[in-house]
Amino acid sequence: MRPEVATKLAALPVDERRLLRPLVDTSRTFYLIAGTMGLIVLWGITAYVLQVVYGLGRTGLNRPEYWGIYIIDFVFFIGISHAGTLISAILRVSKAEWRRAITRSAEFITVLVLGFGAIQPIIDLGRPDRLLNVIFNAQFRSPLLWDVMSIGLYMTASTIYLYIPMIPDLAIIRDAGIKAPRFYRFLAAGYRDTPQQRATLERIIGVLAIVVIPIAVSVHTIIGWIFAMTLRPMWHSTIFGPYFVMGAIYSGIAAILIAMVILRRVYRLEEYFKPIHFDYMGRLLLLFSLLWFYFTFAEYLTAFYGGEPSEMRTFWAKLSGPFAVPFWAMVLGCFVIPLSLMCRGSTRTPKGTLIAGIAVVIGMWLERFNIVVPTSVNPRWDMESVAHYFPSWVELSIMAATFAGFVLVYMVATKFFPIVSIWEIKEGKEQSVREVADRVAGYLPSEPSLEAAD
Amino acid sequence: MPRWGMVIDLDRCTGCGACETACKSENNVATVSSDQADLGRATAWMRVMTEVEGEFPNTTMRFMPRPCMHCDNPPCVKVCPVAATYINDEGIVGQIYPRCIGCRYCANACPYTVKYFNWFAPEWPESERAHLNPDVSVRPKGVIEKCTFCHHRLQKAREDARAEGRELREADYQPACVDACPTGAIVFGDLDDPQHRVAELKHDARAMRLMEDLGTEPKVYYLTPRAGT
Repeated sequence: MRPEVATKLAALPVDERRLLRPLVDTSRTFYLIAGTMGLIVLWGITAYVLQVVYGLGRTGLNRPEYWGIYIIDFVFFIGISHAGTLISAILRVSKAEWRRAITRSAEFITVLVLGFGAIQPIIDLGRPDRLLNVIFNAQFRSPLLWDVMSIGLYMTASTIYLYIPMIPDLAIIRDAGIKAPRFYRFLAAGYRDTPQQRATLERIIGVLAIVVIPIAVSVHTIIGWIFAMTLRPMWHSTIFGPYFVMGAIYSGIAAILIAMVILRRVYRLEEYFKPIHFDYMGRLLLLFSLLWFYFTFAEYLTAFYGGEPSEMRTFWAKLSGPFAVPFWAMVLGCFVIPLSLMCRGSTRTPKGTLIAGIAVVIGMWLERFNIVVPTSVNPRWDMESVAHYFPSWVELSIMAATFAGFVLVYMVATKFFPIVSIWEIKEGKEQSVREVADRVAGYLPSEPSLEAAD
Repeated sequence: MPRWGMVIDLDRCTGCGACETACKSENNVATVSSDQADLGRATAWMRVMTEVEGEFPNTTMRFMPRPCMHCDNPPCVKVCPVAATYINDEGIVGQIYPRCIGCRYCANACPYTVKYFNWFAPEWPESERAHLNPDVSVRPKGVIEKCTFCHHRLQKAREDARAEGRELREADYQPACVDACPTGAIVFGDLDDPQHRVAELKHDARAMRLMEDLGTEPKVYYLTPRAGT
């Protein structure tokens, strides 16, 4: 950190000082990790170039196992993206005051992971050079096209929803003059925090928070429908839309928890991500682990009870056949571990939620695997020889690069934008404490002394 | 408007594989190496499926030639995001190779597993390369391909009939697999034209279609084997 920047930073109020420090103070470890992630991304790009040159034969895919790692990652990453926008919007709309410290980091996950999810089906294309045919020859009966539209809309909405609530913070950085003045002057868009500007801003945020909820719900519903609209055994299910949305939010909460624990540690944000935040988020995770069990149980029981032969082949392949390991690992990660850790207050700590969060993220990835692969290798036509699928190094490299790429852009984002909303924390301290007290008082019967005065 | 369809008599099928070979040669289907074939990447628009019934030594080998079913309500056409898979007025389900983006959604949606993907650029043995059929386009890597009921033959037959100033006859348009079948197990024609044999055969007591309960309305009928054969 340059001395004049250090002086400017030291002159700022306490919240600004703490939360803007990561923007100007970068450790050697940061560069080391960022460099490693960058190398993994380059490796993945090399693998993709090979795939484009030689063809999708470089993957482990075959007939009838047409969809593999890329489609699994597509569903998985778009699921993670439900973290931010949806959670933060729901918490904002429901006036959950404890949201203030965590919305920004969650919204960043959404916007940054969304791009990595959206490129997966493009990586999966046999002819990525013809991608624009989706626009020029759009065929609106295809669920894939609905998906293109809903993800496009979601990306736009969630980016706006990240940017608008960040404007006051960008103005704070501009006024502090600690970094890239022209960049922040441009982004702050002339915001001066006048009462009128603040009122407009809050009104826009209020509208956006409501608008993004149905958009986010539509996104993962449609991803579920991509599978459900086919006649494939164990895909053709009416529960898939809501099941996918629930799973998306679940993996999203887990991803936020992991990000919170890491951010708290590396940027010393203990004052902002308090045990109470982990406790509350842990309760949400608990609720979703139960919902996950309910949906999964309903889905499998319905298939089992009907006992249709083509469904049963896939069903038993998962429960006791070649996919038993990923299936039961999924149950462990999505249900047993998070439930047992999150049902007790003593383990709803940063460490407990971290373990549960990692288990859920792995479990939800496996759930996507268990949806895509077992059905693919068990086509309805049983005379078709049962296929096998083992991802090639090309697919695994691209998957590693996707994870590394997301970590990299998230790390870089924390160097340009405060990862905790400064103005919302200050607003909370200055106004909300009083407002909440008034609100709670408003829920209760008024004082008898006032009645007497009538 | 004709509605092209096929009737395959399983009693007559000997499993010789002539239909499969004729199809590959007619339609410029690429050859893959045996290790690629083991990976499940061989392409055969028409394929003779085999099934062994019964316990050793009392076993019966059953054969079932399987082309595209050319469904009247094709699940593959609905899901294609770029309308590269289509069904034409005469009921033939085709694929526009230069438009296909290779997402393989149609291949997943097809309950009969008859859509094939080009995992690599197509290859043929040196000896075959000079004999590719000029009437059928060669597919590039990364797109889906499928049985077309040899619709290039229909185009040619129509032109010939028009040149001779007469109506199209049943014998004028026959796919390569039908021509090649030595036992006459495969019959092809207009399902709606009472003059054509298929129109009658589809009402045979032994006639059935695959997975009729899915509502896909296939235009390929099978005559199931009689008992004891």
